[in-house]
Amino acid sequence: MNAPIAALNPAHVSYVLRIADGSLILAQRLSECCGHGPALEPDIALTNIALDLLGQARLLLSHAGALEGQGRDEDALAYWRDASQFHNPTLCELPNGDFAQICLRTFFYVAWQAQLWTALSASKDAALAAIAEKSSKETRYHCEHLAGWVVRLGDGTADSHARMQRALNYLLPYTNELCVDDDIDLAAAAAGIGPLPSSLNDAWTAQVQAVLAEATLSLPASTPFRSSGRRGQHSEAMDYVLAEMQSVARAHPGAQW
Amino acid sequence: MYTQAMDIPNTDGPTAVPAINEQAREAEFNERAGRGEIVEAKDWMPEAYRKTLVRQISQHAHSEIVGMLPEGNWVTRAPSLKRKTILLAKIQDEGGHGLYLYAAAETLGTSRDQMLDALHTGKAKYSSIFNYPTLTWADIGVIGWLVDGAAIMNQVPLCRCSYGPYARAMVRICKEESFHQRQGFDLLLALSKGSEAQRAMMQDAVNRWWWPVLMMFGPHDKDSQNSELSMKWGIKRISNDELRQQFVDATMPQGELLGVTFPDPDLRYNEARGHYDFGAIDWSEFWNVVNGHGPCNKERLQARVDAWEEGAWVREAALAHARKQAARVAAAAA
Repeated sequence: MNAPIAALNPAHVSYVLRIADGSLILAQRLSECCGHGPALEPDIALTNIALDLLGQARLLLSHAGALEGQGRDEDALAYWRDASQFHNPTLCELPNGDFAQICLRTFFYVAWQAQLWTALSASKDAALAAIAEKSSKETRYHCEHLAGWVVRLGDGTADSHARMQRALNYLLPYTNELCVDDDIDLAAAAAGIGPLPSSLNDAWTAQVQAVLAEATLSLPASTPFRSSGRRGQHSEAMDYVLAEMQSVARAHPGAQW
Repeated sequence: MYTQAMDIPNTDGPTAVPAINEQAREAEFNERAGRGEIVEAKDWMPEAYRKTLVRQISQHAHSEIVGMLPEGNWVTRAPSLKRKTILLAKIQDEGGHGLYLYAAAETLGTSRDQMLDALHTGKAKYSSIFNYPTLTWADIGVIGWLVDGAAIMNQVPLCRCSYGPYARAMVRICKEESFHQRQGFDLLLALSKGSEAQRAMMQDAVNRWWWPVLMMFGPHDKDSQNSELSMKWGIKRISNDELRQQFVDATMPQGELLGVTFPDPDLRYNEARGHYDFGAIDWSEFWNVVNGHGPCNKERLQARVDAWEEGAWVREAALAHARKQAARVAAAAA
């Protein structure tokens, strides 16, 4: 991974950045929960998942910066881009909500990552394939842990079921965005850098629906709503996420920490 | 100190005077403890020893989990991804310390729920240092360097404490704490090499934390309740004043390396003593904070109570699901 890297095409950087941004922004949201969990064990577990996502983000941002070749490191990319330059799916930036919503949102995303990492192991970008390989081990555990909570809360008490159903009704429309291809995806797939998001759809849907069924939850009716974070058009929540995350770094331009 | 329990008035009520035959066992126990033998959970122990340990260990555990809050305040704003990772991992370690310590206290016949109830109702204390606010990013470095540094001074001797489960938990905790201290120092070292604003931020944090950190070691030996008994039982090995002096002596050269000063005009090396002299501590501030009148007492406790109350439905759901699963397994087996 230390060998000189050249981007195969302009879409390459954008393709990697999108994956990096998803991990970073979800890590940022999960880290808000640190110290406020419903019990010590789930608190520690969610922090652990946040740490893994942050680790993925750092590797991917560094890689994207190297591909770009303009001297931007992980911090330049995390702290000095504005909202419209972030390309995470909107799902990752939504406010946390209650514990049901935190668990379900994270489950949806890590289940998608699980499919992505598997497909990326065949990437022509060897560094990206190596990051995917490393991350897939973590993601397997994240999926298992979060699916456990989705089932536990869905099939727990009447109150927890109602909360999980509400979270599902709210969050599911935001997953539409995860498996839709655009020009960046088409170019990256054609160059053998990574899979088309649409190619992950069936496996992701099967995995998610099995867990939702076990959690005794009902799928809401499909909706034409489609969020657009991957295109850089975010929800109202995004700018607040960045304002908080970037506040100290931006107050001290050029500082080393 | 995280274990300031032994220095503040006991609110558990008086322990009954032991019967005659118990007195003989107690004498034998004291002799064992005096020889430095390790006491295990199943061993007989005087009721007062058990109660003292429950207070100290549970309050140590509470300090770990309340201590997650002032640092958690900066995790979303950490100015680099490396520092964010370090801070998040550190806070996670503290949650882990809370777990080991609650488990160690449970070996003495109290449940985690009982201990948490004591925290939430204000019956149990936690280290007063966490009732101070974290106002800038530099506070995160100073907490690592000075607060964790002070904690280590007290906790290393606890690895040799007479109660086995506590001593073993402390071995692991101390390893992680010394790592945290180095990370805090490293954060400050980066500030010390940074801009004028970064150095000013560091100095301001040292100015605010220095006296509260010295108070962490507890009242002077002559004023410390429970200390004598704890020494006899081998729960405490080194006195408050000795630890405080060790800490000041160890910290001065580190401060010099960082280029910070300390807000104490009386702080200077005393050739004759071979130690640093330092000024009088304002104990009225210490007792004010212990008694609930510090800058963040209400916020810290409320944050813990909120997390617990808002998580009640989650814990109930987990139990309900476990019962359903058990019933399904039983039905399938029938």
